[in-house]
Amino acid sequence: MERFFISDHVRISNGQFSKNGNLIFAEDKDEPFTQTIRAFYKSLEIQHPAFYKMDNLSKLGFCAAELLLKDHNQLSLYNSQEVGILLANENSCLDTDQEYVETIKDPENYFPSPAVFVYTLPNIVIGEISIRHKIQGENIFFIQPEFDAEFMVNYANGLLESKSLKAVLVGWVEFYQDKYDAFMYFASSEKSKQNTLEHTVDTIKKIYNK
Amino acid sequence: MEQLVENLKKQIIQALKLEDVKPEDINENEPLFGEGLGLDSIDALELIVLMEKEYGIRVENANAAKSVFTSVKTMADYIAQNKK
Repeated sequence: MERFFISDHVRISNGQFSKNGNLIFAEDKDEPFTQTIRAFYKSLEIQHPAFYKMDNLSKLGFCAAELLLKDHNQLSLYNSQEVGILLANENSCLDTDQEYVETIKDPENYFPSPAVFVYTLPNIVIGEISIRHKIQGENIFFIQPEFDAEFMVNYANGLLESKSLKAVLVGWVEFYQDKYDAFMYFASSEKSKQNTLEHTVDTIKKIYNK
Repeated sequence: MEQLVENLKKQIIQALKLEDVKPEDINENEPLFGEGLGLDSIDALELIVLMEKEYGIRVENANAAKSVFTSVKTMADYIAQNKK
């Protein structure tokens, strides 16, 4: 059976932004998400004005991917079609759905917002990451009650074994009512300096539950 | 007209979430799309909503919309001519 490896892994929750277990950036955990994520985005010193137009779920996923991919040039080893994205969460884009409903619920003040409407699908976050990093391989977004390491690892390894992809960005990106949690990692068959952890259910469970 | 242009600039920045743009950064005669502010198709729809929400003006003719939303100045002119 072919073995696959994890390079970097990141986590964003409670105002803390960690990479490979090391705290990279922190804000007060009681700060509203919009301020926390904006401060982190500013700290990246990148030019991507579309960031400000994203919904909160996409901002969270975008920043997790940025944190994951910013130091090592993992993507340079592959062409665009060889890298995929596999994400999941619990509440889909419900937070944005509710924001959109606010714009249409009053018949006397009925102004549906196109800019909010375009984010009323959870997989838009995959689109935002794909645009930023020029990723064009297979992608899918699952809705699950909680992060299911067994399902995600087996699904990702299946994609890698089938050779339809050479690398996968895997993660959990959850946002609802200002509560957020993002966990993301990069899996591939390449074993290099950064790729020391084997991509197994046990490894991912250990990293996620740390 | 000057006040209308200033208000419009602020409303556009807010509606389109142009976080790093200040009203004084917007040249009222510069194109809103393609160059200038570099707006996209979703922004165009938001401008149509803004026009109706803030000024009660519906722009239903697609051909007219192209000239109305050319710049802040053309938007202001259209509002001044059509405001109820």
